[in-house]
Amino acid sequence: MTDLRALRADFPILSREVNGKPLVYLDSAATTQKPTSVLDAMRSYYENSNANVHRGAHTLAAEATELYEAARGKVARFVGASPSQLVFGRGTTTAINHIAYGWGLNHLSAGDKIIVTIMEHHANIVPWQLVARHTGAELVYLELDDEFGIDTATLSSILDSSVKIIAFSGMSNVTGALGPIEVLADAARSVGAITVLDGAQLVPHMPVDVESLNVDFMAFSSHKMLGPTGIGALWGRKDRLEEMEPTEGGGEMINTVDRHESTWAPVPHKFEAGTPPIAEAVGFGAAVDYLSDIGMDVIAEHERTLTAYALERLSEIPDLTIYGPEDVTKRGGAVSFELGDIHPHDIATILDQDGIAIRAGHHCARPLMKYLEIPATARASFYLYNVEEEVDALVAALHKARTIFGLA
Amino acid sequence: MADLDELYRSVILDHYRNPRRRGKLSEPHVHAEGTNPSCGDEFYLDLIVDNGVVTDAAMQGQGCSISQASGSMMMEAIVGKSVSDVEDLAHKFRLMMTIEEGDNPVDEDRPGSVLGDLEALQGVRKFPVRIKCADLAWTTLADALERSTDPAA
Repeated sequence: MTDLRALRADFPILSREVNGKPLVYLDSAATTQKPTSVLDAMRSYYENSNANVHRGAHTLAAEATELYEAARGKVARFVGASPSQLVFGRGTTTAINHIAYGWGLNHLSAGDKIIVTIMEHHANIVPWQLVARHTGAELVYLELDDEFGIDTATLSSILDSSVKIIAFSGMSNVTGALGPIEVLADAARSVGAITVLDGAQLVPHMPVDVESLNVDFMAFSSHKMLGPTGIGALWGRKDRLEEMEPTEGGGEMINTVDRHESTWAPVPHKFEAGTPPIAEAVGFGAAVDYLSDIGMDVIAEHERTLTAYALERLSEIPDLTIYGPEDVTKRGGAVSFELGDIHPHDIATILDQDGIAIRAGHHCARPLMKYLEIPATARASFYLYNVEEEVDALVAALHKARTIFGLA
Repeated sequence: MADLDELYRSVILDHYRNPRRRGKLSEPHVHAEGTNPSCGDEFYLDLIVDNGVVTDAAMQGQGCSISQASGSMMMEAIVGKSVSDVEDLAHKFRLMMTIEEGDNPVDEDRPGSVLGDLEALQGVRKFPVRIKCADLAWTTLADALERSTDPAA
């Protein structure tokens, strides 16, 4: 296994202290830390090349445009896509809303079905609820098997020509479970439905090639993969993007504008109204460069090894229950757990005193929490910059929590 | 660790594990609900107010030790008290939660005896993120009292 610990030096924030202890950042599923190359790229853009894109006739405008479109190219290639099919937006949530309103509204009628899964993040549930209300379509849920994966056995009973959309996560932000992409993509094809893949947790952690995934749309976020907040990507198959209506009108996305009618710019610009987040796009591109230089295979392997170590060490702790697959080949690095009757909020406070950052709550997945019959979990999530000692620190702090709450 | 010891004092853990007056009233005069959406703490309150006195109360809910302990301590403190005493207590509690370390949080004449177990929640001040948890029961109570139709409330 390649030791990635030398990379930690690239992340300035990892050397800070919290409550007098070294920061142990185990919340990358919420947002990731940024390497200097990303910060430098954004700063350099503002210091050297800042101008508005696409319509300027001067040198700076040309440079800004070049940088922005180059970033698009980098992000597209990172997922095996063509730049003309890679739309920049605010993030995964924006992208899914875009698909729901831009494609869904025009292709759904009363009685149509949108299949989602019980492990979805609210970003891949609420937009569908909104368009279902408009169109009279309904949501149908796939639930979990006993390994916290998606139970696809029920598919055959709900799959028919009324199914128009199958929207699902490539990797759960709560359980870490991988989504059954191939099975759901094939199922959708068999009835002429489209697939919408929430790649927010998947793309940062595993190599992804959209062509081989056989899905129609995929959304992911820069800030979950070492890039800045405020930008993400929507990838779509060419014909699907052509079928999509813009949901935001304004400058940049038009070709001609008359008093009462306008024509659209070609895809992808058709879906990018207004001045884009240019510096953020540059940062996103730099993040992708950083990840590519290491290699997503290497990163995935590092995480698999670290997660396996974490699962093993956590299993030593009495009263600790993990909500997610035990098999590391079926999951990513998000580990949700309960510890006795200690509320996750209390666990998080105790860990915070030792500089350890985890997340506590429902993780924007309330239907999943209700399904699992728990109000909340604590969640530790790992990325390329985490090391074994941090797992050890987590375990020590959890033992301390047990002591404080009289369980030990 | 000292701060954590102060936060999770045994009296708080006791109230968390053995919440007082847990349940529902069969015919409450007023029912109020409060949540902390950011963390999922929930607090449900049933009250009976007769002639300006809180004669019965019950709580339900789920959440962190601070929110539930604060609620349980509140239950113990308010039953049998007049509404104006309850409001005074709420005021003293809020004062205790907002004042800096070293200040005298309440009156000189034996504030501890007024606040009782609630005084144990002082440690929460060092954890600003958790003050909302301690407040949840009290904001729910304020809502309940406001909506109570008892003329003296």
